[in-house]
Amino acid sequence: MNLVPVKAPQAPRKFDLAIVGAGPSGMAAAIAAREFGLSVLVVDENAAPGGQVFRAAELAGADPALARDMAPGLELIARFRALDVTYRPGATLWMLDPDTGTLSLSCLNETMEFVAERILLATGAQERPVPIPGWTLPGVMSAGAAQIALKTAGMVPSGRVVLAGQGPLMWLLANQLIRAGVMPVLVETRTQPILRTALEQGGIFSGFAQLTKGIGLILKARQSGMRVISGARHLRAEGAARVQSLRFEGGFEPCDTLLLHEGVIPSTHISMAIGLEHFWDARQLCWRPRLDVFGASTHARIAVAGDGAVIGGWEAAVASGQLAALDAAFRLGRMAQAARDFQAEASADALLQARTLRPFLDALYAPSHEILAPPEESTIICRCEEVTAGSLRWAAAIGATGPNQAKAYLRCGMGPCQGRLCGPTVAAVIAETRNVPVEEVGHFRPRAPYKPITVQELAGAQHGADRLS
Amino acid sequence: MFRTRPDHRTETVQVIVEGRALMVPEGSSAAAAILLAGLASIRETAVSGSPRLPWCMMGICFDCLTEIDGVANRQACMVPVAVGMRIARQHGARDVPR
Repeated sequence: MNLVPVKAPQAPRKFDLAIVGAGPSGMAAAIAAREFGLSVLVVDENAAPGGQVFRAAELAGADPALARDMAPGLELIARFRALDVTYRPGATLWMLDPDTGTLSLSCLNETMEFVAERILLATGAQERPVPIPGWTLPGVMSAGAAQIALKTAGMVPSGRVVLAGQGPLMWLLANQLIRAGVMPVLVETRTQPILRTALEQGGIFSGFAQLTKGIGLILKARQSGMRVISGARHLRAEGAARVQSLRFEGGFEPCDTLLLHEGVIPSTHISMAIGLEHFWDARQLCWRPRLDVFGASTHARIAVAGDGAVIGGWEAAVASGQLAALDAAFRLGRMAQAARDFQAEASADALLQARTLRPFLDALYAPSHEILAPPEESTIICRCEEVTAGSLRWAAAIGATGPNQAKAYLRCGMGPCQGRLCGPTVAAVIAETRNVPVEEVGHFRPRAPYKPITVQELAGAQHGADRLS
Repeated sequence: MFRTRPDHRTETVQVIVEGRALMVPEGSSAAAAILLAGLASIRETAVSGSPRLPWCMMGICFDCLTEIDGVANRQACMVPVAVGMRIARQHGARDVPR
């Protein structure tokens, strides 16, 4: 056995502001915080700044399939790269102690610890789970996964590609694949009518630029000859060793790769683990942290910005990152309250403008009940522990009142993903079975370590690990 | 099944996937290398032994857990490739000697 010597404890480096995530909100917050003279730490799990929307933009910026979508990100990344901040890419936050402000991170199998007066979670969004029968078959991926493969490695699915689901990302990805030389078939699950939803929700005049871009993507894909099947219901992925076809009510599409998408939700794993108060957003059908206009949470040290706070897209994320940085400067005594409020106006206006089309998009692409709570008993909900909808309904019927109880009955949410992926579905199925609103059944309570770490990494933690609970 | 677009990603890195040398674009993750290698699965699940390939590619789903440079249970989508990296499939639950 090789015993690896553990380094002698030394006091962790201290910062005014630690930012978790180097996507649009994290980068914008870092840029603003430096203007106010704060010392800034930025940690990010990926190898380069950009978040998911501008993932690997510096590598992908010249790719004709992606260039136009990456351009605004490259500008932001260049400004971020030029900053005098401590930037740690490739670092996974596995524990955050909000009371002491200690961040425990793993980077290249080593533990790093830092302390910060104020901490901004800019952890972004994740795709909503799409638990249809057969979604665990090899060859079935989320649409975002294929987009990440394209951004990071320039690679595309070969053979027959079917995109199934709904949301702005579907049309964007369809266009990017077409530009990259792949012609997919789009099977759309949207049930809401466009015109009536627009009239009911409004925002289409003030959100005209965004709307025009969206319509442009739809028209462009259709003009390229992409086949679109609308109003598809009861999707199921079929195949033996891997996916061979997508079946839906009244139709059938053979495929080698099936890409599913039903929109995005805030990534709340860390904000929930540290015990921030969350509430159920009935419009976006997701949990999100309770925050004030500056992104300050129910914990005195912690703020949340970007899509991890509320889904709004990258422009809203930039504005909310700026607001959080202003508030950090105020709370750390570097700025008077009046100055903060005065300077906040421009960002607050930008935030409002960026969010103007959201009610329309949220209503138009609202996932159907069969996506939120899969009706078929044998459909897998928890991919890690292979827990089905049927067994979850059984657990709820015999007394599992919420996700944390179901965990003890079935192990759902106890696998390596810690309920990141199945959490929304587990809650929805229990709520449906108990016939109560989903906010009443609650959500998983994740715990540190947020990601699996080695014993060596745990031993390397000098300041945070004794509070691991 | 995935393919590269070498005209647009010229820089490549050699990795070893299941004992076979493979050139993959710079910036790829280990999970991307497995997809490019055309393997039928990246792992078999610990519960039922069913085959899986990556689902999310962004560190959420943990379906790409695999063995990288001899260390099991790595999130392959979060590990950027490096020259000579050895990526191997993971089979079911760990066998613990009694």
